[in-house]
Amino acid sequence: MTARLAATDLACRRGDRLLFRGLEFDCGAGVAMHIAGANGIGKSSLIRILAGLLRPFAGGVEREGAIGLVDERLALDENLPLGRALEFWEKLDGCRDAGRAMEVLQLGNLMEVPVRYLSTGQRKRAALARLLNRNCPVWLLDEPLNGLDTQAQKAFEALLALHCGGGGIAVVASHQAMALPDPQVIDLAEYSA
Amino acid sequence: MIGTLLRRDLGLLLPGGRGGGGVLPLLFFIAVAMLYPFAVGPDAQLLARTGGGVIWVAALLAAILPLEKLVAGDLDAGVFDQLHLRGVSEELAMAVRLLAHWLAFAPLLLIATLPAAALLGLQGETTRTVLLGLLAGTPGLAAVGLAVAALTASLRGGAALAGLMVIPLAVPILIFGAGALARPDPSALLFTGAISLVLCALAPFAAGAAIRSAR
Repeated sequence: MTARLAATDLACRRGDRLLFRGLEFDCGAGVAMHIAGANGIGKSSLIRILAGLLRPFAGGVEREGAIGLVDERLALDENLPLGRALEFWEKLDGCRDAGRAMEVLQLGNLMEVPVRYLSTGQRKRAALARLLNRNCPVWLLDEPLNGLDTQAQKAFEALLALHCGGGGIAVVASHQAMALPDPQVIDLAEYSA
Repeated sequence: MIGTLLRRDLGLLLPGGRGGGGVLPLLFFIAVAMLYPFAVGPDAQLLARTGGGVIWVAALLAAILPLEKLVAGDLDAGVFDQLHLRGVSEELAMAVRLLAHWLAFAPLLLIATLPAAALLGLQGETTRTVLLGLLAGTPGLAAVGLAVAALTASLRGGAALAGLMVIPLAVPILIFGAGALARPDPSALLFTGAISLVLCALAPFAAGAAIRSAR
């Protein structure tokens, strides 16, 4: 799969505050990028700009390859059992091996549980399952470690390594340190206006 | 893909669906038809003359009830973001939802019109005009409702505001739809249908733009 994600002279404004400016990078296949910075510095906004959901104040983003996004919003129907809630996205994404993600993320015994009863960590794992099922080359992850226990963190880091090893791109916004395979680190504080 | 979207939206909006409360607008609609004779007295002539208009007002008010869960829930859950990433534009998502909203609401309302007409003692001819008018007008009501629900989805207390905003926008539908009762020719019904079609064509774009600007 060909994948590329590049930003040129990117600036972001929320309300009347300029969050960051002059941000440039060019990610080719297999790159893992860690976006670091304190709360409120614009990590989530950057992820949403890269996803094409927010318009940048200045600059542009080039994308090649389908994009998968995991943020704090689950986008699963709260009243449905997890299995059926995920099924909707599997159908849209044309996914055929949904069982694999369930296994890797240990969601198998939660399939019958309504989404609204899931714990924070379980919800995060469900979101990651939706991402895996999408089978897309570019991952945009906003605070993916929130709520995950140590074991799930390990599993997630292994997934990231596998994804990037297979030529995928992962952009991870997190204030926590994590084991990324040979990461490029962008500290947003250096670009803050 | 559109089929998948439509199935999910219908599951969300149909009575007994997981959105919950789908029958409430219908019960409300019949309750109004039931209350009206209590309020104005059992004068059969008066009821037969004004009943058609009462059904129209009840239908309009009942159309406001489901607006709260029409867009706001999915907007909060980030469903439209995920759809956007999959190449489903906000306009398409809203067009599908408009269809689902109408399907979940209008056919049952038309059926409920029969007992309501009986409660008000409407003549067969009047009932037929009301049914045809509602058939022509409900797509427009659904369209106005959807656009307003999308506009107010990101506001606090948006549901109450949505109700207030739908009423003036629905006035043309009401004027021509209920106006058909007062004239012998079908021109008013055709006008109602035309207004509905225009609103249905515009609503997905207005609602889509509203969702984008709420990001």
